[in-house]
Amino acid sequence: MSPFLTSSPLDVAALLLEARASDGALCLFVGVVRNENQGRPTTAIEYQAYGPMAESEMVKIAEGLTREFPATRVSIQHRVGRLAVGEPSVAIAAVSPHRSEAFAACRAAIDRIKTTVPIWKKEFHPDGSSDWVDPTRGEHRD
Amino acid sequence: MHFASFRDAAGRDEEIREIPDGARVSELWAALAREVPLCARMTSPPPAAVNREYVSRDTVLRDGDEVAFLPPVAGG
Repeated sequence: MSPFLTSSPLDVAALLLEARASDGALCLFVGVVRNENQGRPTTAIEYQAYGPMAESEMVKIAEGLTREFPATRVSIQHRVGRLAVGEPSVAIAAVSPHRSEAFAACRAAIDRIKTTVPIWKKEFHPDGSSDWVDPTRGEHRD
Repeated sequence: MHFASFRDAAGRDEEIREIPDGARVSELWAALAREVPLCARMTSPPPAAVNREYVSRDTVLRDGDEVAFLPPVAGG
């Protein structure tokens, strides 16, 4: 689909090739589907996206981080469709000459993705029921 | 455009609407809330996007605009 949004398994290995000769650090974050949420078992998650807008919001995040952290570049892959427990749903690589900026940019990227990118997830439970996750309700941990 | 819980509640992923000249995003939301109980139950209007950009509720809509009301996002 695009470098940012894909219905195929994420190519995490490709992100390891993002470092340039001037980079001394590559910080990689991979979010994976967990087997429970707030104490309730999860068997799968279906990710739905407002494709073109999700894409442009992720471009804005990456460009914004390069402005905030000079010489730092962020690459993002986000999966859509139905994923099994253990499958990567999002992968972020931040490359920078030094680790401090790489860690900070990577952390900021995932936090912003969860706040502004129009992607939703529906959790499926062992009894066959499902519901849309609403991060504004209940307790959610970083 | 409808997404996630709003799509399920509206029973469709997109629709074309005629609205009065000069109508604002907030008025379109009010119309939707009159038809879709899930939307009516929301205590405050959700974020809105026009032509794939976040906008304020006061934004005036124009012919051909693509509008989406976004349920709480949950990527990652």
